[in-house]
Amino acid sequence: MIGSLRRVAVTVFVLFAALFVNLNYLQVIRAADLAEDNRNTRGLIAEYDVRRGSIIAGDGRTELARVEDTDGTLRFQRVYDHGELYAHVTGHHSFIFGRSQVEQAYNEFLTGSGAEVFGRNLTDLLAGRETVGEDVVTTVRPSVQTAARDALGAQRGAVVALHPQTGAILAMWSNPTYDPNLMAAHEPAAVREYAEALQAAEDEPLRNRAMAARYNPGSTFKIVTAAAALAAGSTADSTFPNPAELTLPQTTATIGNFGGGPCRGGNPISLRQALIVSCNTTFAQLGLDVGAEALVAQAERFGLNTDLELELSTVPSVLPAENLDPPATAQSAIGQRDVQVTPLQMAMIAGAVGNGGMLMTPRIVERVEDFATGETVQEFPPSAFVPPGQPDARAVSAEHAAALRDMMVGVVSSGTGTAAAIPGVAVAGKTGTAEAEGAPTVWFVGLAPAEDPQVAVAVVVEEGGTVGIGATGGGVAAPIAQAVMEAALGDDPTDPGTPEPSEPEG
Amino acid sequence: MSVDTRGATPDAAIRRRANTELGLLVLAFLIIMLAYVLLGLSQSPALPPDALPYGGALMALGAAAHLVRRRLAPGADPLLLPLAFLLNGLGLVMVRRIDFASATGGNPTNLAPAQTAWTVVAVGAFCATLFLLRDHRVLDRYRYLIGAGSLVLLALPTLLPEPIGRTINGATLWLNIGPLNIQPAEFTKLGLVVFFASYLADNRQVMSVATSRVGPLRLPPARAFGPVLVAWALSLGVLVFQNDLGLSLLFFGVFVVLLYIATNRVAYVAIAGALFAGGAGIAFTLFSHVQRRIGAWLDPWAVYEAEGFQIAQSLFALGTGGITGVGLGQGHPTFIPFVQTDFIFSAFGEELGLLGTTGLLLCYLVFVGRGFTIALRSRDDFSTLLAAGFTGIFALQTFVIIGGVTRLIPLSGLTLPFMSYGGSSLLANYILVALLLRASSTAALEQSRAEAAA
Repeated sequence: MIGSLRRVAVTVFVLFAALFVNLNYLQVIRAADLAEDNRNTRGLIAEYDVRRGSIIAGDGRTELARVEDTDGTLRFQRVYDHGELYAHVTGHHSFIFGRSQVEQAYNEFLTGSGAEVFGRNLTDLLAGRETVGEDVVTTVRPSVQTAARDALGAQRGAVVALHPQTGAILAMWSNPTYDPNLMAAHEPAAVREYAEALQAAEDEPLRNRAMAARYNPGSTFKIVTAAAALAAGSTADSTFPNPAELTLPQTTATIGNFGGGPCRGGNPISLRQALIVSCNTTFAQLGLDVGAEALVAQAERFGLNTDLELELSTVPSVLPAENLDPPATAQSAIGQRDVQVTPLQMAMIAGAVGNGGMLMTPRIVERVEDFATGETVQEFPPSAFVPPGQPDARAVSAEHAAALRDMMVGVVSSGTGTAAAIPGVAVAGKTGTAEAEGAPTVWFVGLAPAEDPQVAVAVVVEEGGTVGIGATGGGVAAPIAQAVMEAALGDDPTDPGTPEPSEPEG
Repeated sequence: MSVDTRGATPDAAIRRRANTELGLLVLAFLIIMLAYVLLGLSQSPALPPDALPYGGALMALGAAAHLVRRRLAPGADPLLLPLAFLLNGLGLVMVRRIDFASATGGNPTNLAPAQTAWTVVAVGAFCATLFLLRDHRVLDRYRYLIGAGSLVLLALPTLLPEPIGRTINGATLWLNIGPLNIQPAEFTKLGLVVFFASYLADNRQVMSVATSRVGPLRLPPARAFGPVLVAWALSLGVLVFQNDLGLSLLFFGVFVVLLYIATNRVAYVAIAGALFAGGAGIAFTLFSHVQRRIGAWLDPWAVYEAEGFQIAQSLFALGTGGITGVGLGQGHPTFIPFVQTDFIFSAFGEELGLLGTTGLLLCYLVFVGRGFTIALRSRDDFSTLLAAGFTGIFALQTFVIIGGVTRLIPLSGLTLPFMSYGGSSLLANYILVALLLRASSTAALEQSRAEAAA
């Protein structure tokens, strides 16, 4: 019996060795995969044990996102007091669907796990204090954001307002939107149902149209074409032919003007006048004159064909140099065909015109503050944006920027953009009405005040908004831009002003 | 690891063994209390207020078990009791930890007091077994009584009507008497080992004679296979009537192991393996729950929302734990359904990591090693087979449940000895330790007597 007993014992030891090997496989080799599997909620829950920092508006007071204590497994409930209004700024913090926007991009700060606060966390640990996340202070100003929402109303589209000299985003509104509170709820079934409805919705409420959607810019792109023309040696007063129709080279297709016929009654027309009345034939010809290469180069100096690296989910604006034959060049020069831009990109272009030609990096977070002391943990100062492959951030020379700005003032004072005028303030702008399937995509980009710009804005409204087929940028988008610029100018960030309607938590 | 008396008198050797056991018990006690204090600190900044009464009770139990063992089973193995005590104590800490976790999960449980009470009863049964059973070979005489009694006990949940006989999670394994839920199969396990050991000790000569050859196998006479078929039928009966895969496997497995030890005939193992494979195949085609178990084993992720959920959560827990674990009290044991019974090992895996699970595995391995040593040292066939049977069933059960929760083999519902929540299992395993210590003590005393006579 001794022999067989020993063999049984050895067999048992082999079985235990198999257990040991398997445990090593699971807890060492497969450990990371298992721990990070998206069905394994343990990591997410651990994150909920930290008091997540707030997301605060640019006024330093309004809390866009905060936490409330709960009695459940997840210790803290994320609360968005203004829900839909800032949904595309804050994003959501969802137990099931993870994070987006600022909640995602600044997660390390919000959870207090950044390298900057390692020392403080260590002290907290030793002193038995619980770790708390930092507050993230955004650049978004409630008055401007509210104005954008109110002015766009129920129309599908987006508004971006930024400060030309600093790149600070003052408003970023995309409609339709969603309620991040419902995404941050703790009941998985309810959250899934809501998220599925959002994903299935035809009008894509989850998409941030301000920076993650591309449209043909229409005539607003004439700012870029005009800049290319100036760079090629023209001036605002250079004159150009102004036919009623332009036959595209190598084709029988033609480009006509809005409403048909020549612009302003006949030949010849100055660059200034052509921009003011948004003369298609002139600008298409200008595109052909400067050539595809120069047009693309100018567009790229404004930041097209590059990732804006804004940490939030963005798509690059494009004017692909490939296959840009003369007909495509002519059509792209008036913002049709191959050129596709985001509202953010157009606001950056307007901002550069207002900033003496210098492109600024758009930013939505001003600084990160310590939750307890209010001390600044990290600042995100303004920085010039140098697109990859460009020598500097200068999109156009200061002289040409001033010329463009003056011409754009004419658009608002006597051209297609009069609906953007603000009494007592010189407003510069450009309208756009891009052909699209169905009703046109209508645009307005602008600056105010022209002599010392404090705000640059881009407005896009899909499918002509409430007007539909007959909509124009001047009719539909310009009044929205006007309201947003007025709100930005009336809003002094250093003035404590009237407080927001009081919050439940204060 | 032979008994080393180093020229000392047998009395001195016996005392040294007892002192070793005492020292190890103190060490086990310190480990358990450290774990309990760490668990308490993870829940609130103050020391747990019940650490003193719990600690005192545990210390008293350990001391009582040691003193009774020292007096009634002199010279017995000094490792088994401390290992049982350590595993039991750590199991208690984890059961308490699950109570804490369930309090925030909206489905609060209060399992720790019941498990503590069962620990007291189990240590009492340990002492009573050593007191009443001065010579384990008495059991040899009541072979058929014990065997038949065990089967009746096993069949009771199926025979008795509701609400006394109860089906929980699909398995008809429970007796519900007043406030008590008892799983008689845990005791059947012990009774069957006694019966098998006794029967095989008597018949091993007959059964090991080879009368014919088939290929490399030397076959015993056909009638010798009768008991194999009976054991096979019995285990299939458990599967069919009580719907319990693990128990069925355990009964048949330990019988085959004992048969092989007794006869040294690989033919039995081969035939039994074929029978098992056949039975498993039939069970797979007949029973949908067996198919689902196998399906969940092969690909738990495909049936994540259903049968795969529990094993997937177990793997998530083990993976999240990684090498060092997330820390005692810092994990989420209640994410695994029924974590307190079948899946308690995974809860350790999450909070103590590979280091913790390796430690537990080593405790079980040393326990099993000591058990086989006792079997090797025993001087008569019955004692050897008894000790081997108890050790074998303990090892097999540990392997099957840990292998199940780590997806090495298909999952079958079994308790992890000493650690899982549940009174019957704890009680039966303490009796098992008492019987092993009794056999060990007998072997030691006989050896010293033999040495004295030489």
